[in-house]
Amino acid sequence: MKMTGRAINPGKAEGEAIVSTEPVGFYGNIDPKTGIVIEKGHPLEGQCIKGKVFVFPNGKGSTVGPYVIYGLKANGVAPVAIINKETETIVATGVILADIPCLDGIDISKIKTGDRVAVDIGDTEGAVEIK
Amino acid sequence: MYLTKEEEGMLNGEQGDVVQRNMRLIVRLGDIYKADRMIPIGSVQVAGVSYKSIGDPGTEYLEDIAIKGAKVRVPTFLNPTGMDMLDWKKLGFSEKFAKNQIRIMDAFGKMGVVLSATCTPYLVGNLPRFREHIAWSESSAVCFANSVIGAMTNREGGPSALAAAICGRTPNYDLHLDEKRVPQLVVQVDAELKHNADYGALGYFLGKAVKNKIPYFRGIKEPDTDNLKALGAAMAASGAVGLYHIEGCTPEAALFADKIKDLETVHVSEKDLADTYAKLNTGKDPDIVILGCPHSSLKEIATVAKELEGKKLKKPLWVCTSRIMKDAADRIGLSATIEKAGGHVVADTCMVVAPIEEMGYKTTGVNSGKAANYLPGFCKQSVVFQDVKELIRRLS
Repeated sequence: MKMTGRAINPGKAEGEAIVSTEPVGFYGNIDPKTGIVIEKGHPLEGQCIKGKVFVFPNGKGSTVGPYVIYGLKANGVAPVAIINKETETIVATGVILADIPCLDGIDISKIKTGDRVAVDIGDTEGAVEIK
Repeated sequence: MYLTKEEEGMLNGEQGDVVQRNMRLIVRLGDIYKADRMIPIGSVQVAGVSYKSIGDPGTEYLEDIAIKGAKVRVPTFLNPTGMDMLDWKKLGFSEKFAKNQIRIMDAFGKMGVVLSATCTPYLVGNLPRFREHIAWSESSAVCFANSVIGAMTNREGGPSALAAAICGRTPNYDLHLDEKRVPQLVVQVDAELKHNADYGALGYFLGKAVKNKIPYFRGIKEPDTDNLKALGAAMAASGAVGLYHIEGCTPEAALFADKIKDLETVHVSEKDLADTYAKLNTGKDPDIVILGCPHSSLKEIATVAKELEGKKLKKPLWVCTSRIMKDAADRIGLSATIEKAGGHVVADTCMVVAPIEEMGYKTTGVNSGKAANYLPGFCKQSVVFQDVKELIRRLS
């Protein structure tokens, strides 16, 4: 199945999906050294986003979040791509700084954790393929 | 979004990788918020400076772009750092923290940023004019610049403000547009506001109530600039207020006199303020009193010095301010009066971004609604929230 959305940061990637139905905060919520979600009570608490296609509705929390996304990439534990329902400024800033492919405007309820997902994102639009 | 030839070039990498990446950031943000074009800016205020806030990832990012040759194109001032850059040892900051904080300052210095280390750039040489477009982060300074000065800025994050500085422009949306600066509700203040703590309590209460709306105040009489900085800081922290108007006081209020009659009115009573004090006072006996959130003006430092004349404090007192204001306070003898009583005039930092929780303090006394909002979460402190005079009485 293929879906199209709005490009936030261009690039191509493929990997296993990890899906959160809840918004995701980065600062204080994901460990930039390991890529493990450390937020207490979050549906993904204890899981690792390294090398995955990270799917969540939107970001939340501190405006220092972009530096954590950058840190994940610098430490080699970033997701290979991010897919959102609606990207807000924190995630948008983070993925552009870290150069992680990201798009939004996607019906994320169609994607399940464990699905094989490929993204191909150009300058303005991008496509998601569930294989 | 429309881009000029030069901007297209920046986006295509004609001016190097750092400019390209930062331009891409502000163009995408502009697209997300439906900006029509980029606008030139007069100045930038960058937040996200303390090692405590940005940690290793932020430090490494800043060093990376500084080494790659990032340079700011417009006057760019810096938010408070995590420590007093000169007196950190005397005040009890650790070597490890200091080492990382100095790395961050060096990176900003390389980029050509003015190392002002204050949340009150408008008091120390970065004063925009009425209706000037700027790109400031630091929510309290954003609120002051928009509301009290009538300059135009969105609530930028640290990286987006730095990107605006590197590119010399910001996307034209939201508070840069006249039609987005119209009040959205009327706030009738039916309470007497006696000092900065009262303004902070009002700000905290309203920020929670209005979130990111634009309030139009009635019933606030003759506030001074210190009162206004306390009010805006608290509203911007407990809510996400970026602009407020006060009837008969702030410069844009008169423009909207005929636009407010159909708006919803919120009343604020003496009881609302009393309830706010009760909510924010989570501690009883402060281990330390820290003033200067936002950073103290010279007038505020003078008030503290006057209160301390002839007193001996039993516990530490920090009066946080900018380096420039501290120099002025040193020169006219205010710092000496405060030091003689056992207090310190602390420059470059504040109670929110300094690692006070690692320095053994558990309960902090403040007169700031913004600090009272942040200290329990960011610094794991119990809070005593009162007027300056009351706080000093507790220490002496």
